Amino acid sequence: MASGITLEKIQKRYGALPVIHGVDLKIEPGEFTVFVGPSGCGKSTLLRMIAGLEEISGGELRIDGERVNETAPSKRGIAMVFQSYALYPHMSVYKNLSFGLETAGMKKPEVDARVKKAADILQIGPLLQRKPKALSGGQRQRVAIGRAIVREPRIFLFDEPLSNLDAELRVQMRVELSKLHQQLGSTMIYVTHDQVEAMTMADKIVVLRDGRIMQAGRPLDLYNDPANQFVAGFIGSPKMNFLSAKLDETDASHRTIEIAGQRIELQKPLAAREGEPLTFGLRPEHIQPQDNALSLGSASVQLVEHLGGSTVVYASTQDGQPATVLLEGQRPIRIGETIPLSFHPSKSHVFGQDGRRVC
Amino acid sequence: MALHSEILSKESRPAALRSRGAFGGVLERNAAGYVFLLPWLLGFFGLTLGPALASLYLSFTNYDLLQSPDWVGAANYVRILTDDPKFSAAMQVTFTYVILSVPLKLAFALAVAMAFNRGIKGLTLYRAIFYLPSLLGSSVAIAVLWRQLFASDGLINMALWQLFGFEGPSWISNPDYALYTLVMLSIWQFGSPMIIFLAGLRQIPTDMYEAAQMDGAGKARQFFKITLPLLTPVIFFNGVIQTIEAFKAFTPAFIISEGTGGPINSTLFYTLYLYQEAFGFFRMGYASALAWILVIIISLFTAFSFLGARYWVHYDD
Repeated sequence: MASGITLEKIQKRYGALPVIHGVDLKIEPGEFTVFVGPSGCGKSTLLRMIAGLEEISGGELRIDGERVNETAPSKRGIAMVFQSYALYPHMSVYKNLSFGLETAGMKKPEVDARVKKAADILQIGPLLQRKPKALSGGQRQRVAIGRAIVREPRIFLFDEPLSNLDAELRVQMRVELSKLHQQLGSTMIYVTHDQVEAMTMADKIVVLRDGRIMQAGRPLDLYNDPANQFVAGFIGSPKMNFLSAKLDETDASHRTIEIAGQRIELQKPLAAREGEPLTFGLRPEHIQPQDNALSLGSASVQLVEHLGGSTVVYASTQDGQPATVLLEGQRPIRIGETIPLSFHPSKSHVFGQDGRRVC
Repeated sequence: MALHSEILSKESRPAALRSRGAFGGVLERNAAGYVFLLPWLLGFFGLTLGPALASLYLSFTNYDLLQSPDWVGAANYVRILTDDPKFSAAMQVTFTYVILSVPLKLAFALAVAMAFNRGIKGLTLYRAIFYLPSLLGSSVAIAVLWRQLFASDGLINMALWQLFGFEGPSWISNPDYALYTLVMLSIWQFGSPMIIFLAGLRQIPTDMYEAAQMDGAGKARQFFKITLPLLTPVIFFNGVIQTIEAFKAFTPAFIISEGTGGPINSTLFYTLYLYQEAFGFFRMGYASALAWILVIIISLFTAFSFLGARYWVHYDD
């Protein structure tokens, strides 16, 4: 059974220092939610508060409508997978899996059945008698997940569980975790600083910065419709290009802006003040090396990455601003070459001085 | 490295060095190192290995410091093991002391270390204060202090009288209690194992406890299922070191019993008996044999400890 979680004005202070500033969030039952953000943004703290490992300084945490601020971690129906795996090194894999069940006083046949079921799901049956030191990183990761599964929790919490794995294994485990979510249907909250993990796994992404939610929503909503410059820059790889721009003072309709020496008319008016410095955002894949009505002018190529399936061009606009272009397929572009840059107006974003989106 | 050595030996080595042979060359090349090692080498050969081998020889002789040693074969050992009631008494006292003092000291040290590990303010100061008895513990001054504390008119009995109206016995004059005052003195010197326990506790990752907390384990279960097993390498180390120290204990018994091991041999530690034989009765050969039996006992204990460790000591790697 999956559970819904509600965070209302959740705060965390260490002494006088506030680190989480009144977070409001609703996580639906069965949803795979990813907390993402740079180091120190408070994502792990928030997760640990939900787990009960950190005291909540203010606000209310509810699971299935019931306040759980003061409820012990083991009574919240939550299981957690730690970044370091936190496997007990002196216990066999079986003992690691059964520890929580034995602690709860469960009868041995049921413990056996649950351990076997989890081992089957994660394909770690042959490892049950081994000690953690005899396991590879990926196997340890599976055991750590198994330890969460056996408890049949309503909610799974993952604290950067893939960060200790190599790139290949990380991709593999990412897929397996997504399958596991589909299989179990439980509510899962996953913390990562890797936006690719967030985009590929999440039903809902919560982008955090300095203890505040910058935006929460479906991955593609955040990608296509970022609420602010921080989210726009954080989500997407290669990251969004940000070019300095300004409102054309002669344009009364507030649609025309100047970027890289080019005057460009947007489809919607800007919610910006006269003379306010603006930032024009364009994703690398939304820039084309063609002459077009909406041209950014020409740019000189500084570096080219030929990835086989795609080509990444790092260029410099006429006024010296860096622009990254992601092109499909293999392109015969060379360093030092000058290429035209154009874009589709519906794919552009404009941000005000304070980072909010103005168009 | 091997390649480098080969190049040195075949090409860059001066001709004079080559002519003196490999040993001379090595000696000359490492001369500075040996000069730095010299104090230790002198100490080891002159003060440790030399006397040890001498005592091994003397243990097969009768020697009174005045006349030349008189070879008696294994007679000293035979007499110690078959016809020396004081040896049996000393063994009994020493083993009782070891069996009581080591576990109690370790338990106390662990309890204090766990209290310190909770992150209290002024930890460094407290740690230093609690370590102090271990620095002073084997000294004559502390043994004298202990003697004053546990005397019939000492502070302990005064406190017992003031607090409970109980007239305590003369702890150090009563054969039923004398050894236990020495056990208490040993426990009081818990600083050294406490510091090592504290370091061991700091090594246990906090997320182990958090995982256990998520699993619903209370403090007691966390202690027995997480802390103790993960601390076994440190417990083992402390256990071996403290047991060896306990077997070798001398000063407290010497001071408190004024060198007699009394009352009625109740504090006759093995080393005290050895001292009496050597410097009381000048039976150096016999005392040397006693010393070598202690060496064998400690070696056997250590060997069995290491053999047994594989069944209960958990190493992470």
